[in-house]
Amino acid sequence: MNELILLLLRGLAVTVELTVAAAALAVIIALSAGLARLSRRRALAWPAAVYIEVFRGTSALVQLFWFYFVLPFFGIELSAFTAGTLVLALNTGAYGAEVVRGAVLAVPRGQLDASAALNLNRLQTLRRIVLPQAFPAMLPPAGNLAIELMKNTALVSLITITELTFAAQLLRAETLRSAEIFGLVLVLYFAVALLITAGVRLLERRASRGLERA
Amino acid sequence: MEAIIRLRNVHKTYGSTAVLTGVDLDVAPAETVSVIGPSGSGKSTLLRLLMTLDRPDAGTLEIDGESPWTMTRNGKSMAANEAHLRRVRGKVGMVFQHFNLFPHMTALENVTEAPVHVLGLARGEAKARALEYLAMVGLEDKAHSYPAHLSGGQKQRVAIARALAMQPKIMLFDEITSALDPELVGGILELLRTLAARRTMTLVIVTHHMQFAESSSDRVLFFDGGVILEDGPPADIFRSPRHARTRRFVESILETVR
Amino acid sequence: MLFDWRFAWDILPRLAEGLVVTLQATVLGMAVALSLGLVLALARRSRYRLVAWPAGVLVEFIRSTPLLVQIYFLFYVLPDTGVRLSPLATGVLALGLHYAAYCSEVYRAGLESVPKGQWDAAIALNLGRWRMMKDVIVPQAIPPVVPALGNYLIAMFKDTPLLSAITVFEMLQAAKLIGAESFRYIEPLTLVGVVFLLLSLLSAAAVRWVESRLRLEV
Repeated sequence: MNELILLLLRGLAVTVELTVAAAALAVIIALSAGLARLSRRRALAWPAAVYIEVFRGTSALVQLFWFYFVLPFFGIELSAFTAGTLVLALNTGAYGAEVVRGAVLAVPRGQLDASAALNLNRLQTLRRIVLPQAFPAMLPPAGNLAIELMKNTALVSLITITELTFAAQLLRAETLRSAEIFGLVLVLYFAVALLITAGVRLLERRASRGLERA
Repeated sequence: MEAIIRLRNVHKTYGSTAVLTGVDLDVAPAETVSVIGPSGSGKSTLLRLLMTLDRPDAGTLEIDGESPWTMTRNGKSMAANEAHLRRVRGKVGMVFQHFNLFPHMTALENVTEAPVHVLGLARGEAKARALEYLAMVGLEDKAHSYPAHLSGGQKQRVAIARALAMQPKIMLFDEITSALDPELVGGILELLRTLAARRTMTLVIVTHHMQFAESSSDRVLFFDGGVILEDGPPADIFRSPRHARTRRFVESILETVR
Repeated sequence: MLFDWRFAWDILPRLAEGLVVTLQATVLGMAVALSLGLVLALARRSRYRLVAWPAGVLVEFIRSTPLLVQIYFLFYVLPDTGVRLSPLATGVLALGLHYAAYCSEVYRAGLESVPKGQWDAAIALNLGRWRMMKDVIVPQAIPPVVPALGNYLIAMFKDTPLLSAITVFEMLQAAKLIGAESFRYIEPLTLVGVVFLLLSLLSAAAVRWVESRLRLEV
């Protein structure tokens, strides 16, 4: 029984590793693609739009298989872990880009007017006026995306990364105690989800300081 | 004296609505001009064009002798680049009906933001300047408050200080008392009177307050149907208007005040 | 030649077979999700804590854990309890349960958006609880949330490849088998990706169209 739990915990560690790595990358991708999509320059907006549509419109598992099986033919050999992290980040980043876009567009137009009236340039307006106000609005949906990301890490078990679901499959094949193993695994995922939710709620509270609208 | 604001046959259409249909205007430096007229007549649009927030569809608009949207290089005129636009824009400041303060910054930070990042002032200098202007509007003790904790009147005062701190040549006021509770209006109008009396800047004030327009401006513009219907000293516009529409408008406003 | 168009053309029929199963799984799964979701939503709103609380926990649990693990759970555990289902049926059940949890949240939002006056009027007319829900409340709760439900339909469609893990012959499984046999992965996987992209873009446009029609009627 103890060995069982140990193996699962090691798998859980890999799951957490994947989630954190992919999430960090996804944040960068989401901000870049979301802002690019809003740009007036077609050379920025169009590729961003294509990327967002493609990665939101296709299945995450198909993307995963494509990166793992097809890229080698283009000469790009990625380890399973790298491919998995990359696909997870790109997939979540596409949804994140829409969250960024929505939050930025939701900043009241009067703020843009005031910035222009004070003669701030575009970059200053974006960095100092728009993004600080858009950021708190991004957090709740971002929290949901973080949980989606964690759930998607289970998919990489299908390209043989030894995360939690893979560990569960191994154990089931050995011990045939399916109900206990998968039941326990579900509970472990649930625990991580609760942690993520708590973490995001903490971030929300800190980010909204000073922004309470009277 | 060279006009600091010059408009010739300016047109502006939003969607399918023609809001400005041929506006001509000259404003001299340090003049105080009040703009009155029914809603939808184009007063706010005029201010937005002067602040270069929007661009005229036709006609010429010049601020201090230059168009914000076209520039001449080597004798040829072409579309202005960002640097030119911002240089001309820097001569104009604006206070909005709904304040538009930056909610994530304190009053002081709101006022120092542009002086630091646009004018390049050192932080200490900008802070000193900001406190001066906040004192001028009577809010130096609220310098570290966030907009959410200020009343409407206080927010508008901070907005005025914020715009003044950039020391523009032209200040625009777009119905700055319309979103305020009645008892706060008097204070703001008093502030405007003080500014007008100083004669350091050109002021263009869109307002519904006829007594203020009459007592504090050099000139009143009556906007109607997208054009300036009448343009003259307050005494003319209010006591002996030339057009029937002007008279009807002035009378209806004064009626509601009474 | 990196992409063999001839080969791509040749494998289309087999991929189409997989697509049929994909669509079957989506439609059946959605049927389960839509009906079960409504039941869950009503259960969560029940006055009896013994009904509402477990329903709430169940919904949160399903939404917060991976669909793949839920699929494995049903696939391996159900036979032990004597329930023998085909892989497709198991997959449909798993998809249905998973998305029932999401749909229940959508239904809840719809129910909450029905103006309180409607409840008052129904009670004032002395309609029984069942009749009130059936004839007055639920018919008003559903139209505003149809677009959200439509989006979950699209999401479920994109999740059907997970069923390949329990040997259901849907599109991804077809592509994997073709790849394993011929050692050419780029054509089958790219085609599958393109089919998903086209269908989900089309469905998204359809959902937006439905949304605009509903808005006009309001």
